[in-house]
Amino acid sequence: MSDQAKTPEDSKAEARSEFGQSTRRTFLSRLGMASLLASAARITPAFAQPPEKMKIPSSDSKDAIPVSLHVNGKKYDLRLDPRTTLLDCLREHLHLTGSKKGCDHGQCGACTVHINGQRQLSCLSFAALHEGDEITTIEGIGQPERMHPMQASFVKCDAYQCGYCTSGQIMSAVALLKEPCGPEDAEVKEFMSGNICRCGAYQNIVAAIQNVRQGGKTG
Amino acid sequence: MKTFQITRPKDNPQATAAAGKSKTAQQGADIRFIAGGTTLIDLMKLNVEQPQNLVDVNRLPIDKVEATPDGGLMIGATVRNSELAWHPLVRKNYTVLSEAILSGATVQIRNMATTAGNLLQRTRCVYFRDTAMPCNKREPGSGCGAINGFNRNLAILGTSEECIATNPSDMNVAMAALEATVHVRGPKGERSIPIGDFHVLPGNTPQRETVLEPGDLITHVTLPPPAPGNRSLYLKLRDRMSYEFALASAAVVITAANGKMTRARIALGGVGTKPWRSTEAEGELTDQPATEATFRKAADAALRGAKPQSQNGFKVELAKRCLMHALKLATQPA
Repeated sequence: MSDQAKTPEDSKAEARSEFGQSTRRTFLSRLGMASLLASAARITPAFAQPPEKMKIPSSDSKDAIPVSLHVNGKKYDLRLDPRTTLLDCLREHLHLTGSKKGCDHGQCGACTVHINGQRQLSCLSFAALHEGDEITTIEGIGQPERMHPMQASFVKCDAYQCGYCTSGQIMSAVALLKEPCGPEDAEVKEFMSGNICRCGAYQNIVAAIQNVRQGGKTG
Repeated sequence: MKTFQITRPKDNPQATAAAGKSKTAQQGADIRFIAGGTTLIDLMKLNVEQPQNLVDVNRLPIDKVEATPDGGLMIGATVRNSELAWHPLVRKNYTVLSEAILSGATVQIRNMATTAGNLLQRTRCVYFRDTAMPCNKREPGSGCGAINGFNRNLAILGTSEECIATNPSDMNVAMAALEATVHVRGPKGERSIPIGDFHVLPGNTPQRETVLEPGDLITHVTLPPPAPGNRSLYLKLRDRMSYEFALASAAVVITAANGKMTRARIALGGVGTKPWRSTEAEGELTDQPATEATFRKAADAALRGAKPQSQNGFKVELAKRCLMHALKLATQPA
């Protein structure tokens, strides 16, 4: 299904990007690095913005339209095929690959980002609908050298296994801190039900969130 | 996904004019309004919907919740589900609406989905969502894969030989019990549609789900003032505790005094091809004592016309028990 949703322009963009020269090995290492970034381990350097040397690909589709986006405090003037989802724009055009594509149908939560402070699904929206919105991705939440307390708590509580869902989990967890969620674990589970973890790290995810909500030391 | 253009109208008349050129406002529309996109973009990715033009209504001034002079509520079309569910006036006066919305989807989706979008939410019938399958709703005349197919979660009320697709919305069920009115601005002006007349039964035209015509922009929904002393709630039964569509649900708004119910508004979800208001059940409850025997009579009345399919016969009794339990909760001493 993800192939279906991917436009030819996206594929070209991917081919042009440095990250796009995919072999199985580079894909896996990329995946591993992205997971570490998402969980903010102190191993690899991270970036809230794409590195300067990385060119932001424009769509050469005849239908491309100008789109201005504010992401992690920075403005981007882009030309995008109107079909480009916000998720594909973040990943393929802005190289902010912390947000993950899981189901691509709004069912798994791996693509969760903040739009004007509220958590939303970036796979279920077109980038062109977000002009004027303030978009925050996991890269804008914290960095390895200055982690958000929620990221630190996920590390401390071992709230992940493969890490693929982790950035979405953390984006939801950070948003949850300002939502009308009751104090009990059951209420946290209900508020987090839009983020699926196939490794089943749910108990530790709840623990990590409660740890932050209860003002515990986050290591 | 087929490509499309995006139109950004500056006001409601421009939006109506832009969408008025569409051949239909129903399944397969070539021009679609888009707000949260949680249903439409999903269906576009599946090629179930292939609009050539999207009219972005997110910047239109139809995004407020306001008290009306008569003590009711006006809800803008693009008010997000989260905002509506947690709005103090909704929490206070329309508990059933808040509970219904919060029982559906997830926080992320409720932060995107809108009031009007939820009114127009499409069925989750797997045959509708898969273009390789026959579906009279998606492709009139192609047949119904669900009848004699996978129909465990499909409708038992309001069905036809052509279609048994369930209306999946929770919000709509509460709106039906609250007797909401849908306000539309169309090419010929403004009009108001009672929620019960807004959705239509599938009959032999299941591709038509509402009375909307090309260019009809839902601008807002109004709720009448809350019935004095009423208690309302939404009870939803499903295969798992969260993030799942209803197998059966009940929205009840009950006014009771001295153990007798003086007013009842009842709607069922998960079992109908449209949000299922049951005036039959209401008739069995009004001026009757709040007892299990009364509740059973009402439940039997509500499901009297049920036509179960090969896999969903269990829904008949499930929906009855759902309604009975909701009535019990709404009438027991506080």
